[in-house]
Amino acid sequence: MSRLANVKKSIARSQLWTAFFRHGYPDTDRNRVLVIMSNVLLHLHPVKVRKSGVKMKYTWCAGGLSFFLFLLETITGLLLMFYYRPTIEYAYVDIIDLREQVPLGIMRELHRWGAHAMVIAVWVHMFRVFMTGSYKPPREFNWNVGVILLVLTLLLSFTGYLLPWDQLAIWAITVGSNMARATPFLGHEGPGAALLRVGDVSLVHIGDDVRFALLGGRFVGAGTLLRFYVLHCVAIPLIAGFGMAIHFWRVRKDGGISGPL
Amino acid sequence: MDLFKEQVNRLFEPATFIGLSTVGFFMLVYSRRVWSTTSFWVGNVVLTLFFGLSALDPNFNKVITKPDNIPILIMVYTAWWTLWLSMNQAITNDQRMELGLPPDEQEDSGKKVWAWPDLVYTELLAMLLVGGLLVIWSIFLKAPLEEPANIADSPNPSKAPWYFLGLQEMLVYYDPWLAGVVFPGLIVVGLMAIPFIDFNPLGNGYFTFRARKFAITWFLFGYIVLWVVLIFLGTFLRGPNWNFYGPYEYWDPHKLEALVNINLSEYFWIKWFQQPLPSNWMIREIPGFVATLAYFSVVGFVLTKTYLKQMHQQMTTIRYGILMTLFLSMMALPLKMLLRWFFDLKYVIAIPEYFFNI
Ligand code: HEM
Repeated sequence: MSRLANVKKSIARSQLWTAFFRHGYPDTDRNRVLVIMSNVLLHLHPVKVRKSGVKMKYTWCAGGLSFFLFLLETITGLLLMFYYRPTIEYAYVDIIDLREQVPLGIMRELHRWGAHAMVIAVWVHMFRVFMTGSYKPPREFNWNVGVILLVLTLLLSFTGYLLPWDQLAIWAITVGSNMARATPFLGHEGPGAALLRVGDVSLVHIGDDVRFALLGGRFVGAGTLLRFYVLHCVAIPLIAGFGMAIHFWRVRKDGGISGPL
Repeated sequence: MDLFKEQVNRLFEPATFIGLSTVGFFMLVYSRRVWSTTSFWVGNVVLTLFFGLSALDPNFNKVITKPDNIPILIMVYTAWWTLWLSMNQAITNDQRMELGLPPDEQEDSGKKVWAWPDLVYTELLAMLLVGGLLVIWSIFLKAPLEEPANIADSPNPSKAPWYFLGLQEMLVYYDPWLAGVVFPGLIVVGLMAIPFIDFNPLGNGYFTFRARKFAITWFLFGYIVLWVVLIFLGTFLRGPNWNFYGPYEYWDPHKLEALVNINLSEYFWIKWFQQPLPSNWMIREIPGFVATLAYFSVVGFVLTKTYLKQMHQQMTTIRYGILMTLFLSMMALPLKMLLRWFFDLKYVIAIPEYFFNI
């Protein structure tokens, strides 16, 4: 046995090495089981998968890519949070700073284009799931979890759109949130809202309807910026992350990727 | 050239464009031959020629090169690729099954492969590819930043983010309480209801069209015509004041569009009966109430006796009722479009007193 092989062997047997790598390279059946079972990220997968289900032409990898883009958004978003303060005084200038002072900075670009890409990826994934009939029993529940993830993805994108605090941002959010005025019963210009009154006092008016609750004010302003920031950076990612955990777990419980039986 | 461009502009007028898209959509879906490899490339060439040549036009160029509109370009191509990819496999499977063979996926669905390396490496490659493309995209295209926010200076047109432009386009035909609240709510509820109203056990876990004609046709209609096409329209063909502008037309903010739209009550009382509008809204809107009720009951009844007869017999009443409600709600959009284009109809029911206009 050559000396090199000896060195290799003693490294592979050292306490340090075995603490991190609990098995050899996954080229034997035993190690292929171990690699999936002993790694927290890989264990999202089953050890063995249906051959028809791993084919690119079946899943288009769209669900996996949606998740990848979500992770990418989390990481780039975290980096952006180092530079960005969600107040009317600072928000815009912080973005200018970010573009002009950070060398080779493409984090904002990655975050923005990644967000657009994620919206598209999630649509494509839903489309694939529909076209393969994968929402049929036993996967009805997971399809429903998926629809909620789709809504959360759109909300993430929508709340993030406001944060640069430029003309593009506030007017897009103004147009988008103006619709909330017209919510039946809950918006001050919605059908039925006029009926909700005690004597002469109307219960739903411009100062307390759903749009007011969404914007934290009568128009898109400081309150809105803070609200959208908290929703965008904390609340929705947490809920979406939780939803994805359920989603992936259900994929496994429902028998893995669908296939003809 | 100008004459040609003018013709193209005409072709994109909402009525013509949506009408042609719908006809084209049904022709695509119902002709099996279309889904060959050749037509995949024909589709790509047509799209590329359209966008490539149009980009030479200064007016179109201004819209298409807005950084936030690039995703729409990507969406249009992806929509075509994924539509083709799924329909191509569906038609192949249908042909196999006609010959008595199982679907293509069947052979491999019994076999199992190791997640490492088969699945893990595919995922790695997909991530590297998409990650790489995103880095390139980010290096070459800066994220947009306009003037600082100013609540006193509203741009014209003011547009929602691109993925909501289908909803904003709906505002042309329906009031915000429907276009912005009720219909989006129904889209979400409708999507969630799909597994519970589609009782067809066939086509679970493989691509097929023949075994799921109804489900696929109407899902695709909603997705392609009422979502993708409307987003395209909202982005590229709507300018100042949400007026229509052809792809090669200058966005002149002073363009005036004659608004001659008339309510059903005005048609009924003034035009047909030569009377003034009744002052009591309950009487005034009777024709509208009747028309709306008739849409949901008579049209529903006729469909039940004809197109959906079999489905009606096979489904429980509750499921069928939900299917019918969702279906008629979805078709309320194209219906209102037709009424607007051909009869200048503004509202079927108009009760501005209570913000209740349909
Ligand atoms: C953030 C959004 C989402 C993520 C990260 C995600 C992720 C995934 C992943 C990784 C899979 C495994 C198979 C595959 O890659 O296709 C999967 C399967 C599935 N997804 Fe999603 N998904 C998302 C949204 C949705 C949506 C919007 C729907 C439907 C409305 C949906 C419904 C399903 C169903 C039914 C399955 C099982 C498919 C099968 O067994 O063939 N998901 N998802």
